[in-house]
Amino acid sequence: MENSELKRIASQVRRDIVRMVAAVSSGHPGGSLGCADFFTLMYFEVLKQDPKKFDMNGKNEDLFFLSNGHISPVWYSVLARSGYFPVAELSTFRKISSRLQGHPSPAKGLEGIRMASGSLGQGLSNAIGAAQVKRLNVDDALVYTLHGDGELQEGQIWEAAMYAAAHKVDNLIATIDYNGRQIDGDVDDVITLGNLKEKWQAFGWYVLEMNGHDFDDMRKTLAEAKAKTGHGKPIVILMTTEMGQGVDYMMGTHKWHGSAPNAEQLESALNQLEETLGDY
Amino acid sequence: MIEIEVFGKKDTRSGFGEGLLELGRNNPDVLALCADLTGSLKMDAFQKEFPERFFQVGIAEANMISIAAGMTIGGKIPFTGTFANFSTGRVYDQIRQSVAYSNKNVKIAASHAGLTLGEDGATHQILEDIGMMKMLPNMTVIVPADFNQTKQATIACAAHEGPVYLRFGRPSVPIFVKPDAKFIIGKADTIIEGTDVTIIACGHLVWKSIEAAQELEKQGISAEVINMHTIKPLDEQAVLQSVAKTKCVVTAEEHMYNGGLGDSIAQLLARTNPLPQEYVAVNDTFGESGTPDDLMKKYHIDTPDVVAAALKVISRK
Repeated sequence: MENSELKRIASQVRRDIVRMVAAVSSGHPGGSLGCADFFTLMYFEVLKQDPKKFDMNGKNEDLFFLSNGHISPVWYSVLARSGYFPVAELSTFRKISSRLQGHPSPAKGLEGIRMASGSLGQGLSNAIGAAQVKRLNVDDALVYTLHGDGELQEGQIWEAAMYAAAHKVDNLIATIDYNGRQIDGDVDDVITLGNLKEKWQAFGWYVLEMNGHDFDDMRKTLAEAKAKTGHGKPIVILMTTEMGQGVDYMMGTHKWHGSAPNAEQLESALNQLEETLGDY
Repeated sequence: MIEIEVFGKKDTRSGFGEGLLELGRNNPDVLALCADLTGSLKMDAFQKEFPERFFQVGIAEANMISIAAGMTIGGKIPFTGTFANFSTGRVYDQIRQSVAYSNKNVKIAASHAGLTLGEDGATHQILEDIGMMKMLPNMTVIVPADFNQTKQATIACAAHEGPVYLRFGRPSVPIFVKPDAKFIIGKADTIIEGTDVTIIACGHLVWKSIEAAQELEKQGISAEVINMHTIKPLDEQAVLQSVAKTKCVVTAEEHMYNGGLGDSIAQLLARTNPLPQEYVAVNDTFGESGTPDDLMKKYHIDTPDVVAAALKVISRK
């Protein structure tokens, strides 16, 4: 897909995000906006999936696991915009009886979601299980994940990292949203991750890096990651992003990690984001 | 004279091991994961025969549960194996989010449950696990009584679609369930029929309850003994039919008072037909090191405790 088209979609996705969280005065816009370009590229170009034929087992399809479930708005928007469920359903986000729970869950049968996430640190393990079963099923499709960088403070991530290398889970591409921010502040001030690249390397992973707002760089890096599958090692991509990307007052701070804009702030945000595909 | 046919003595965990092996031979979708306790869980035969379907996770139980949940995507039926303590309390959040809430077809096989784990002491003797697991929506909770029943329950778990907690133990106990008795999840077994008191038990306390019924018979008391191997979903009909006759109930389990089988029965009776009930269970205390027999005596979950509870509850009618 042309970068210009991806940009148009991402702009609409960002509008969806801020409108969804503003409508219920809750949710996590910062990380959602920061990952909008990544999700757009994944769902409109990279993932081998058929939105119209979603089923839980996903045989012969690429699988995607969102481990940092609080950025559900970006996932819901991209799932709807790519055809998994009606775009109009985005208006139900976080409301009573909605399939679009605050944190993603398959409990209400929302197409595109295979595992609940929200309690952090668990998605890498989930993805490893799915990836190992793909091998057993002689299924060559891949398994992708996304994690927050703050999420890497959870010990289970490192249990999973150790396991994936030991078991040579090489059909798995994990991505870290490396925005350096978490709810309480900068990751370095909360609990620094140290040298993240060397940590993953020491755990036996291939480590790649990319700019999460540069479609060419992401396309190239994801292709390189794909080329590294099947070589006996799991792959992780450290993706640099800006929390709040696309809305000026949400950038450069952790403050919009988990708070929603008010009516005036929403208007300001929408003025910065072109409506390209039509609001829901 | 109450006579119960006994087919020797064995540990219930070995019943799990045999059931898992049989499943491995009959169902190519069955997988097994273990967190460095393969021998203790009796999973080694499966590991040896099906190495490609066995996953050694190491000492990382949280990772094991979440991996198992992921393995259901693609149609597999994973069984996780570790001690009951590390199968539940240690990984409650992982079970809650990715097994129960996500409603995945994971079978949590938990050995060394309760006091009868013995000498390792209270760090390993979980007495809260039935409560934790039965509180989770979508979760089925099974506590089989002997070797044969554990084997059949293991096989039944695989045929059941959805999360299951299967709890068994370490010590060698009498085998009284027939080897070919089909295990039906949620269908209680009435082992002894009686008219004066209903004794409802699970796990190792079923045999103790049989012994208690034999003792009560000598005192001229007719006890009905029900093996409530499935705590959830509870066979309410079996309970209500029995208490309609006996008008009182004793519950017996290797678990805390709080949250166990006894509470499930009390809740049912409170809603439908309030009747006197006595608990044989551990009363809000941790265990300690000791032999299984000494522990059951000291913590009052032994045969004489069931007898005493029966006499007491009859007096309350």
